[in-house]
Amino acid sequence: MLKQIEGSRAMAETIGLCRPEVICAYPITPQTHIVEGLGEMVRTGEIAKCEFINVESEFAALSVAIGASAAGARAYTATASQGLLFMAEAVYNASGLGLPIVMTLGNRAIGAPINIWNDHSDAMAMCDSGWMQLFAETNQEAADLHIQAFRLAEELSMPVMVCVDGFILTHAVEQVDIPEQADVDAYLPPYEPVQVLDPQAPISIGAMVGPDAFTEVRYLQHYKQTLALRLIPEFAAEFKKQFGRDSGGLLRTYRAEDAELIVVAMGSVNGTIKDTIDAMRADGLSVGLVTLVSFRPFPIAALRETLVRARNVVVIEKSLAVGMGGPLANNVDLALRNVAGAPQVHSVIAGLGGRPITSASLHRVLRRAFVQPWEGSHFLDLNEEIVAKELHYVRKVRRSGPTAENLLRRLSQAAERAAE
Amino acid sequence: MNDRTITMDATQKLHFYQKGTFTVGNRLVSEQQRAVQASTDRSNALTCGHRACQGCGEALGARFAIDAAMRATDNNLIAVNATGCLEVFTTPYPETSWQTPWLHSLFGNAAAVATGVAAAMRVKGRTDVRAIAQGGDGGTTDIGFGCLSGMFERNDDVLYICYDNEAYMNTGVQRSSATPPAARTATTPAMGPEPGNVFGTGKSVPKIAVAHGIPYVATATVADLHDLERKVTKAMGIHGARYLHIHVPCPLGWGSLSHDTIRLARLAVECGLFPLFEAEHGAITGSQKIRRRVPVEDYLKPQRRFAHLFASEESKKRIGLVQAIADRNIAEYHLLDQEGDA
Amino acid sequence: MFQVRIHGRGGQGVVTAAEVLSVAAYLEGKHAQAFPSFGSERMGAPVVSFCRIDDKEIRLREPILEPDALIVQDPTLFKAIDVCQGLKPTGYLLVNSNRSLAELHLDAIAGQLPKGHVLTVPASELALKHVGRPLPNAALLGAFAHLTGIVQLKSVAAAISEAFSEKIARANIAAATAAYDAVANAPAAA
Repeated sequence: MLKQIEGSRAMAETIGLCRPEVICAYPITPQTHIVEGLGEMVRTGEIAKCEFINVESEFAALSVAIGASAAGARAYTATASQGLLFMAEAVYNASGLGLPIVMTLGNRAIGAPINIWNDHSDAMAMCDSGWMQLFAETNQEAADLHIQAFRLAEELSMPVMVCVDGFILTHAVEQVDIPEQADVDAYLPPYEPVQVLDPQAPISIGAMVGPDAFTEVRYLQHYKQTLALRLIPEFAAEFKKQFGRDSGGLLRTYRAEDAELIVVAMGSVNGTIKDTIDAMRADGLSVGLVTLVSFRPFPIAALRETLVRARNVVVIEKSLAVGMGGPLANNVDLALRNVAGAPQVHSVIAGLGGRPITSASLHRVLRRAFVQPWEGSHFLDLNEEIVAKELHYVRKVRRSGPTAENLLRRLSQAAERAAE
Repeated sequence: MNDRTITMDATQKLHFYQKGTFTVGNRLVSEQQRAVQASTDRSNALTCGHRACQGCGEALGARFAIDAAMRATDNNLIAVNATGCLEVFTTPYPETSWQTPWLHSLFGNAAAVATGVAAAMRVKGRTDVRAIAQGGDGGTTDIGFGCLSGMFERNDDVLYICYDNEAYMNTGVQRSSATPPAARTATTPAMGPEPGNVFGTGKSVPKIAVAHGIPYVATATVADLHDLERKVTKAMGIHGARYLHIHVPCPLGWGSLSHDTIRLARLAVECGLFPLFEAEHGAITGSQKIRRRVPVEDYLKPQRRFAHLFASEESKKRIGLVQAIADRNIAEYHLLDQEGDA
Repeated sequence: MFQVRIHGRGGQGVVTAAEVLSVAAYLEGKHAQAFPSFGSERMGAPVVSFCRIDDKEIRLREPILEPDALIVQDPTLFKAIDVCQGLKPTGYLLVNSNRSLAELHLDAIAGQLPKGHVLTVPASELALKHVGRPLPNAALLGAFAHLTGIVQLKSVAAAISEAFSEKIARANIAAATAAYDAVANAPAAA
C-alpha cells in the first residue's frame, strides 16, 4: 500500500511484515524511529509472536540477537556509528558463528569528533567482518532490502547489514509502497535454521578452532559470499516478480552504457548524481553512473563489466580510510586490477560527517574529471582556508590545542567576518 | 565426635555419622536425599573426557550444577558459556563434553546471549526449555558485568551461574575484581611493600545481585555439594532473573594441592571469608551458620598465593587485615549462632 | 519541481509543517519529499525543514539551496540568519507576523520579488484563537495554499487530519482555513 511516510516508519512496518521473532535494540541517532516504531507495533500486537527487548548497550543488543538466532528465532537489531563499534566483537562473533541476523545500519559518522550526521564510516569499519552489506538508494529500497536481507541471510546462514543513510533517508518523508503481508509471506518462508540449540538434539556451538581448521572456516565464509553474488540478483529478480518493482541486486547503471566517464557511488547520493548526470548529458558530456547496492560481497566481475569501457571512473564516497584514501575507490580499483586498458580511477571523498553533497559541487568535480584528472583523493568542498590556517598555527605553536575546536572557532570567526 | 542434626530446610534433614573423618557416605542417605550426581540416570551434561586440571573446583561445581538443573528441567536446558576455563576445557577442538545444547559466544556477553535464548524459547512457545548462562569470575564480575546487570534489571528468565576461582585463570592467573585482598596473581605479584592484591578493592557481585531485587540470589560452594544442588534446583523452580555464585578453588591458580580443593572450599566458609546465603527480591532470607569456626590462617596457609603473608612477622600483621574481613562477613551475614563458635 | 524551505525555531512545528505539506501534495497525486535539517533537538534553536514537490519522482537529496518559496514561522530569525538566501527571483515569501512588511523591514525584498508574492499572516494569533496554542504551522500552510496555489486547502486539511487526532486536527484545520481566507480577502499587496 502506497503511503507518504517517514523512511524509518516505512522500514519498521516492512520489517514487521517479515515476522521477526526477537527484536532487541539500543537507542542511537538516527535509528531510533525504526526501533520505536517496531516497539509500538509489538505492543499493539500488529507484530504478533515477537519479543521486544530493551537492552542496556549495543553490545547487549547484538548478543541478545545472537542467542535468539542460535536458538532458532528470526532476530533483528539496528544501530549506527558508535553503537556498531561498541558491538564490534559481537559483529565478528555473529558472522563467525554463521547466524542469519539482519541489522539496519543508519549510516552515521564515527567520532571523535562526535558527529550525528550521515556518512559511511560505520559500514566501512565493519566491512570485512563477514556480514553482507547492502546499501539503499531510496526509502523504497531501504524497506525492500530488509525483506531480501532476511531471505538472503537465512539462505546462506550469514548475517546482513542493510545500510540506510542516516537522516537523509531515515528522517525523510516520501512515497513508499509498503508491501502486503501475503506477498512477504510468499517471498520469505519461516526461518529454518542450519544449526540450532535444541534440547532434543543437543550440539555445542562456538568451540575454539585451532590452526588446523581456522583457515577453512574463513574460506567457507568467503565462499558463501561468492555464492551471494549469484543469490542477490536471483532474489532481486524473485522480488520483482512478487512485488512488481526493481529493488536490490548487486548494482544498477544509469546512462552508463556508452559513457566516457562513469561515476560510482552508494546510497542516497545516487539520486542527486542522476539529476547532475542528466544536466551534464544535456550539455553534451558523456557521463553515466553505477549505483552499487551490494558492497559486501563486492561484485568484482559485475563492476568490471560496467566500467571497463569507460575512460575515467570517478568514485564518490562518504568514507575515508585515514592514511590511505577512499576505501570504496580502493575496492573499485580491485575490479579493474590487471585489466588491460582499464579506465583511470579517481577518488572523491564527499559528505563526511553529513556535509551535503550538492549538485553544483558534483558538476564542478565531474567536469574537472573530464579535463584535469587528479591523483589521490579529492576532498569535495574542503574548506582550504581554515585548513591552511590550522596547519600554519600548529607549525608555530606546540600546545596548539584540540584540532576540532580550533577549526570550529575559525569557522565562526569567518562567518562573523562575512556578516560584517 | 558426636552426631549432629543439621537443618538446611524443612525438606532435608541429614544425619551425619562421623567416624573419625568428616566425610559422609551416600549409602547412609535415603534415595530422595541423595545428590543428583549419585544417581546413575543423571544427565551427565558435562561428561568425562574434558581437559580440566586435576582437582579443578570449577569442573566439579559445573558438573553438579548443570546435572541438577537438567533434572529440574527434565533435560530441557540450553547453556550459554562465557569464554574462560570452563569453556576451554570442555570443548577442546574437535570434541565437546557437553551433552546439552551449548553455546559459546564471547567473553562478556553470556548473560545477554542467554536473554536471547530465553526470548526465542518464549516466542516459540517452548516455556519448558530454560536458559542458563555461566562464566568465571572474570567474565561475570568484570567484562560481563554490564550485560549481567542488564539481564537482572529486565528480570529476564535466566539463571546466571558464576564459578568464582578469584582470578583470570585460563589466561595465566591475572587479577579480577573477585580476587581477594593479598592474593598473589600475575598482575598483583607478591612484591613490593604491599605484596599481592590491594586491600580496599574488589566487589561482591552476590550483594550487587541482591541489590537488583531479582527473584533469587545464592552463594554456594563445592564444599557442600548437596547445598549446591539444592540451590540450583530451587533456582530452576523460579522464573525471572536468578544468580548463583559458586566458590570453586583452583589448585593451579591458588597454588594448592589438587586433593585440597574441597577442603579449602570448606575452610573458606568456616573462616568466614566466603559467606553462604540466599536472598529473594532484595532481602537476605537466610545464611548458613559456620559449623566450626577457624581462623583465616587455616585457610590461607595451604595456598601458595598467600605464602608471602607468612614470610615474616611484618607480613603476618596483614593476616590480621584478612581476619578483619572475615569478622565483618560473620557479623554482616550472621554466620555464627548466638552462642558464638559452634 | 517546486521547492519550499521552512524556517522557525525548535518547538514551533517546523518539521511537521514540511511533512504535512508533503502529505498534502501526495494526496493530490504528486511526488513530495520532506526532511528537516538535522541538529540537536532543542527548543528555541533555529530549525529549517524542506519540502520538494514534483510531478515525477524526486531524486535530489541535497538541502534546498534555491527555494521557490519560503515560509518563516518566526520573524526574529531574520536578524539571526540569512533566511532569504537563495530565494528564486520568482519566489514566494510567507511570514508569520501581525505586523506589516514595512515594519518587518521586508519592503526591499518584496520589491525584488513579483507583486503579491510576499505576504505576512498573523498565524500565531490565528492558532491561539482556533487551537489554543501559538503553533503557527497549520495556519501558515493554509495561507501558503492560497499564496502559491501549489496545493489546495482541502489537501492541506486532509493532511492535517492524518497527522493529528480528531479534535486537534479539527482545530488546526480551522486555523488553516482562517489563514487561507485571510489571504484570499486581503487587499492587493503593495
